Amino acid sequence: MPSGASQYGILIDCLYVFVLAGFIGFEVIKRVSPLLHTPLMALTNALDAIVVVAAIIIAGRHSSTLSTVLGAVAVAAAFSNMVGGFLITDRMLRMFKLSKPKKR
Amino acid sequence: MNHILQQQLIDLAYIVAIVLFILALKWLSSPATARHGVFAGEFGAALAVIATLCDYQVIEYKWIIVALVVGAIVGIPLGLVPMTAVPQRTAMSHAFGALAAAMIGIAEYYVRVPNISKFEMVEIALEVIIGSLSLTGSLIAAGKLQEVLPQRPITYKGQNIVSLSVLGAAIVIAIWLMIHPGARQLFPAMIVVSLVFGVLLVTPIGGADMPTVISLLNSYVGLSAALLGFVLNNKVLVVAGALDGSSGFILSVIMCKAMNRSFTNVMFGAFGQVQASAAAVKEERTVRSATAEEAAAILGAASKVAIVPGYGMAVAQAQHKVRELFDILTKKGIDVKFGIHPVAGRMPGHMNVLLAEADIPYDRLMDMDAINPEFPQTDVVLIIGANDVTNPAAKTDQGSPIYGMPILEVDKARTVMVIKRSMSPGFAGIANPLYYEDKTLMLFGDAKGFVGDIVRELTGGGH
Repeated sequence: MPSGASQYGILIDCLYVFVLAGFIGFEVIKRVSPLLHTPLMALTNALDAIVVVAAIIIAGRHSSTLSTVLGAVAVAAAFSNMVGGFLITDRMLRMFKLSKPKKR
Repeated sequence: MNHILQQQLIDLAYIVAIVLFILALKWLSSPATARHGVFAGEFGAALAVIATLCDYQVIEYKWIIVALVVGAIVGIPLGLVPMTAVPQRTAMSHAFGALAAAMIGIAEYYVRVPNISKFEMVEIALEVIIGSLSLTGSLIAAGKLQEVLPQRPITYKGQNIVSLSVLGAAIVIAIWLMIHPGARQLFPAMIVVSLVFGVLLVTPIGGADMPTVISLLNSYVGLSAALLGFVLNNKVLVVAGALDGSSGFILSVIMCKAMNRSFTNVMFGAFGQVQASAAAVKEERTVRSATAEEAAAILGAASKVAIVPGYGMAVAQAQHKVRELFDILTKKGIDVKFGIHPVAGRMPGHMNVLLAEADIPYDRLMDMDAINPEFPQTDVVLIIGANDVTNPAAKTDQGSPIYGMPILEVDKARTVMVIKRSMSPGFAGIANPLYYEDKTLMLFGDAKGFVGDIVRELTGGGH
């Protein structure tokens, strides 16, 4: 177990990362056209499914039956989001086409 | 030593993944580069997952592989749903994201307890509360969108007090756990109370407010993932969660602005009830109606047409007929555009996806701010299944429940045609004075059938 002081350090580190990432997210996502708001939500869901990496560790480190079961459920739930999210985002984006040049 | 090197490589993979995630969102800003974004995201996610599978802490692969297979079996069909089902699919994926985050938080609590500090306990408790309430909240939202549950707001007296007391109970338990982290029998109680709160939170919210609710749940799920990153000191989770959270937050703000309402008003306003009384005071006024033949003649004679779609178009599955209409009018040299209100449909961007699926080029899809200045030069506006977002009362009638909401200013066009089943007000129950104006023609019928009839008149009529 990390000591109180290093736990405080971890918290502050994570807060820095959180604030900066939130700021980048805000600036980047603000520029996404309303046209693509549905694919945006599908894509951020797929990216959020990266929690699967934490679930993999918990399911695989074998600390107790309970944590293995919970971890495995989390792996399945998150991975379904990852697979389904990327798949549907790509399907949606493929549908967005420009007008063909007008024949005169 | 070997472990340290391995950990460094994993950290490196995570950093690359984070960069790719940010690029993915950046490339999404334009439809031209958006698909690169998906590829970048996939690559980043795959890299992070493979790196994690090599982590020395992972000693047992059996259940991971089973879970990955199950996840793929569930996820692939969810990625292949028809576009009309995208809102409920999105709500389901929020539920899965919340489920994963809650499960991991719960597992971490039981691994660490009783050697758990106050810092950790606060993070875990917050994470599990938000994850749990987002799980049940998203399931209720999905149920409403799938119409398994009633779409209208379900309200009762003293609702907000009950809901907030339940949330209060969860927070009290969390504080108690922070003071006495060993009280492990209380932890399940906190989970149950949070799950109940999620149900109470979304049940009173009506179908028309779903775009805001879905966005808000999106940001909760992101927040829970970020908090999980705090608990596990895993920066890739913090970043992905922060990106998801800020995306959901931005969308919620856009949706709220588009309805001129605040978060609290959406969450606790019990919108549906207020309108029921407003609709009661209704006077008899005359409307003009037209047949498909007349509508086709008017459209055929126009030079600039704007089509305003709403949720009714999605319900009637009329988007493909609308595309046929678009093709015929365009072929006649008529300039056809689509005016899309931010809250049209059941989730942000819902109409755009449906119309894009029907092969309508995206340069014809205009958002509210882009199309509003064009209405005065527009000959005909055809409204298909949209109501409140075109209601001029939002601009003129201070007593209207939607007063102040930005609308598509269709009443500035020369002629307005509205396809609607009957004159009964929609479920929001707000009377629309647009329908009684002299320039307005009501086209009574089913959206898909009526558009089909117009198309037939235009092809057969021979102008």
